[in-house]
Amino acid sequence: MCTVCGCGTGSVEGQSHSHDHSHGHDHSHEHGHDHGHSHDHSHGHHHHHDHDHSHDHGHSHDIHFGKGPAGVEVPGMTQERLIEIETDILAKNDRYADVNRATLRGLNTFAINLVSSPGSGKTTLLCKTIEMLGDQPLAVIEGDQQTANDAERIRATGAPAVQVNTGKGCHLDGHMVGHAMEHLNLVEGSMLFIENVGNLVCPAGFDLGEDCKVAILSVTEGEDKPLKYPDMFTASRIALLNKVDLAPHCDVDLDLYEKNLRRVNPGIEIIRVSARTGEGMDNWLNWLKGSLQRKRGTLAAE
Amino acid sequence: MHEMSLCEGIRQVIEAQADQHAIQAVKRVRLEIGKFSGVEKPALEFAFEVVMRGSVAEGAVLEMIDLPGKAMCYDCMHEVEIDNRLDPCPDCGGGKLMPVSGDEMKIKDLEVV
Repeated sequence: MCTVCGCGTGSVEGQSHSHDHSHGHDHSHEHGHDHGHSHDHSHGHHHHHDHDHSHDHGHSHDIHFGKGPAGVEVPGMTQERLIEIETDILAKNDRYADVNRATLRGLNTFAINLVSSPGSGKTTLLCKTIEMLGDQPLAVIEGDQQTANDAERIRATGAPAVQVNTGKGCHLDGHMVGHAMEHLNLVEGSMLFIENVGNLVCPAGFDLGEDCKVAILSVTEGEDKPLKYPDMFTASRIALLNKVDLAPHCDVDLDLYEKNLRRVNPGIEIIRVSARTGEGMDNWLNWLKGSLQRKRGTLAAE
Repeated sequence: MHEMSLCEGIRQVIEAQADQHAIQAVKRVRLEIGKFSGVEKPALEFAFEVVMRGSVAEGAVLEMIDLPGKAMCYDCMHEVEIDNRLDPCPDCGGGKLMPVSGDEMKIKDLEVV
C-alpha cells in the first residue's frame, strides 16, 4: 500500500503507476462534468462576466438574478472571485519526493539520480560500479520506457534491482520511485542508484528525493552537448565523462567538454572515467563513498 | 519537455482547490513561468486545453506571466539578468553563469465562479 496516496502496490515492473493515475482521473472527471454545462455555455458566448447582462437581455427581457455564472445571486457579493494559490505546478511530485527523502534519511542511505542521454553507458558504468563496491549495501531502481533488460543486467551482478517502466513517460517521478523503494527492502547505510530514463530534458525538472543528480556524458556525444541541454548539467552536482578510452579514436577535445560543462554549471565536479577499462573508476568510487560518509556524519550530528 | 505532465499537475491543484472552496467553474488560470523553466508555451497551451476537458477548468483561459532569468556570474560575482540561458554576463562579458532564479513554474491564481 502506498504510504502517500493509499493506492495498491501492484507491480512496479509494469502497471502499478498507470493504475493509480487512472483512478485519480475517473474521480475528477465525474466531478467536473456536472458543472461543465453552465460554464461551457457562458464561455462560448462571451469571455467576461460583464457580458452576463447582455446575454440575459439578448434572449429575453426578464430580469433573472439566478442566471449569473454561479447560478445564484448573493446581494453585495460578486460572483466571480480570485483565489490566490501561489503553488508550484509540480507540488504534488515534490511531496512524494519529500517522503522519499525522509525515508532515505531514516535509513542513512545516499541516493543518486543518474541522468544522461540514451546510450551514454549508464548501465555498464553502474554494473562496473556495483562490482567494484564489493560488499557495500546498495540497491538499484531502473527507469526505462519499456523492457526489464536493464534490471536484469543489474541483478546479474547480485545487486537487488527494480525495473520501473514509464510507458509513454519521459522521466521518473517521485511517486514511481516511492513505490519502487517499497519493493527494495533497503538496508541501513545503503547507496541507492536511480537510473533515470535516458533523456537530457525532462528528468531535470522532477525531484525524486535523491541527494544529487549525476550526469553521465560519453565522449562520443560531442563537446557541445552541455550547451545544447544546459538544464540537466546545471541541475547535476557531478558529471562523469564516460568512455574516455574511445577519445583517441574520435577526435574529441576532453578539455572542451569540461569547459562547456563549467560554462553551464561553474560549480560542477567532473570525473573522467571508462567503465570498460576501469580508468578513473577509483575517483568515482571515492566520491561515492565520501558522499555516503558525509551524509551519515551529518545525520549523526543532528 | 513534458507539458502534458505539467498540465496534469495544474489540474490536480485546481481540483483540490475546487473541493476546498466550492468552486463551480474556473474562468482563468494565471501561471508564472520563469525564463529558464524549459516550458514550451505553445505546447503548454495545447496540453492545457486537452487536459482540462471534463474538469471545472474546462474552457478556462490560460494566462502565462514571464518571470525574468537571473544568474550569478562567476567571473565578476554579480547577480545579473539574462534573456537566454547561454548569454554572456551583461556586466563583464564572462561566460560562466549559474542560474539563481527563472526556473519557476507556479500557479499564481484562479479566477473562479
